[in-house]
Amino acid sequence: MIRLENLTKTFKGQKDPAVEDLTMEIPEGEICVLVGPSGCGKTTTMRMINRLIEPDSGKIFLEDEDVTSVDSDQLRQRIGYVIQQIGLFPHMTIEDNIATVPRLLGWDKKKISDRTDELLEMVGMDPADYRPRYPKELSGGQRQRIGVARAMAADPSVMLMDEPFGAIDPITRSRLQNEFLRLQADIKKTIVFVTHDIEEAIKMGDRIAILRERSRIAQYDRPENILLAPADDFVANFVGSGASLKRLSLAKLSDIELIDWPTADLDTDPDQVREILQRSDRGWVLLLDDNRRPQRWVSSDDLEDDDEDLSRTGLRADSIAHPDTTLSAALADMLTSDKSSVIIVDESGAYEGVADLETITNATKAMRVEARADNGHDRDGLAETGTEESEESGGRLKKDDS
Amino acid sequence: MATAVPQRGDLDSRSDASPAQRNYARARSLGRYLATPLFLALVLLALYLYISGRTLDSIEQRSISSAIIVDRTIEHIQLTAVSTAAVVLLAVPMGVLLTRPAARRFTPAFLAVANIGQATPSIGLLVLFAIVWTIGFTPAVVALITYAFLPILRNTMVGLEGVDRSLIEAGRGMGMSKGKALRTIELPLAVPVILAGVRTALVINVGTAALAWASNAGGLGDIIQTGIATRRDPVLITGAVLTSALALFIDWLGGIAEDQLRPKGL
Repeated sequence: MIRLENLTKTFKGQKDPAVEDLTMEIPEGEICVLVGPSGCGKTTTMRMINRLIEPDSGKIFLEDEDVTSVDSDQLRQRIGYVIQQIGLFPHMTIEDNIATVPRLLGWDKKKISDRTDELLEMVGMDPADYRPRYPKELSGGQRQRIGVARAMAADPSVMLMDEPFGAIDPITRSRLQNEFLRLQADIKKTIVFVTHDIEEAIKMGDRIAILRERSRIAQYDRPENILLAPADDFVANFVGSGASLKRLSLAKLSDIELIDWPTADLDTDPDQVREILQRSDRGWVLLLDDNRRPQRWVSSDDLEDDDEDLSRTGLRADSIAHPDTTLSAALADMLTSDKSSVIIVDESGAYEGVADLETITNATKAMRVEARADNGHDRDGLAETGTEESEESGGRLKKDDS
Repeated sequence: MATAVPQRGDLDSRSDASPAQRNYARARSLGRYLATPLFLALVLLALYLYISGRTLDSIEQRSISSAIIVDRTIEHIQLTAVSTAAVVLLAVPMGVLLTRPAARRFTPAFLAVANIGQATPSIGLLVLFAIVWTIGFTPAVVALITYAFLPILRNTMVGLEGVDRSLIEAGRGMGMSKGKALRTIELPLAVPVILAGVRTALVINVGTAALAWASNAGGLGDIIQTGIATRRDPVLITGAVLTSALALFIDWLGGIAEDQLRPKGL
């Protein structure tokens, strides 16, 4: 846990403080992203946590310990630090780079060596191959991995990351972000992550603090809530257009209530299928095989010829999705599928439910209502029509565990 | 969902793909290393043949006897080595100090003084020392130090200032003290530039040491001076060729040292 109390910093020769009276708390084991326009003081804020910049006033707490005036070199040895330029020492091997902090802490050789191997394996690089190499022999993505491994060398509970993926091409960046998120799910460090990229903030953050000039917090909340219920115009502008679409990439199909579509087995008698169709108002029946895997969509028109083999009538049931598919990916599938819907199946491929455009719209409305209720405020501009409808469909959104 | 398994494929395998290239580079540097001594050996051989093909008079025989040549060469090397070592010990720490934030404001003043040292003709300095102080080895060394101070000071400062700030920040951010960051990051990374300065100083000193006769400190310049004073061309030529050969040889040693002492990985 990191707690900042009334931090203020004014740089020499400047009239306005770079950071003014900042108070915030970063919960244990979460990634907190500081995001804001350039010059808003986010990097200054981060660098005050490990006191590379000494605050003029205010207090810094690490795990409830006041570290505002402890020895700053020792403090930094307890905090992992990753910067945009990565800063691997070019004249040292990968092994020596990773061992930097353990050596400062005076670990014995065996322990350092074991830890180096462990870290290299953790970031997916073969220790025997990479230990003796120099940074210039690695690609950008590999250097970045070593940068992270080096920051984690002494297993700090807190890490500071200043645009760690900033200088990497978009494809590698996305891969490294995913890797890091998977790693973080295991190691659960308390992380302060600085970026100017709202997309990255939404992807990486358990919480996002949107900062305006002088590092004042415009909104500090979970990404979902920031997207759907921005606190003010500054946040709304910063998040930019398409906030609802971005929100869809945060929710998964498993988060929403699916439609229970009428189904029948492939070998069902066509008459029976017709009966099912008449009883439901959906107009189509989904045919499943023996393992309950979706096979075909059948409408009453397809059943006019009695002799027809059911496994060849109607439309093929494509656009299948798993529950952990994001809503934005599901939406993309729907737009390209004949039936404007996706069929959700479990691990074994067995049918679970169907989602269509209406499902998504209702889910977004529900999320918006919930976000606003969380924030305890309402904005007329976003209220749109039919509040009643939104509240009604609020039941469609399964309760999030958060 | 994209499963992002770390891929070994994204390694740009510079280290694997280029053994042939590296062999070529090694052969080339070996050639470079051997060319200078070979050339110098030829020059000295030519000098030897020229001298031994002449009948020398008694003055010439005394002035370029092998004992004299050995003595003067040793003197010359001593002057060069002592002055260069001293200037390294003085100018490198000075360069470190002047690049520390606390001392930055003194930097222009020190550079101005070092500039004066470089701008003053060393022979003038030697004569000046002889008048107001003394003659001999020590004033000669002091003159050489004064003259060679600037290149090492300058290069130390430029080398340290050229170290990527983000590397120092990374080191400090991981909990290195200022001194530790200086020792393990800044100085090693500045070594190539500092060494270039040392080599320059070495060359300046080996050349300027030829003027040390003015301070009665010997050196190969003494042979040249004798050749001029006695109007004996063989003596003059021997002195001049030996001085040049020694200068080239020492520059060659400096080049090897520069290559060998440069940190790996750069």
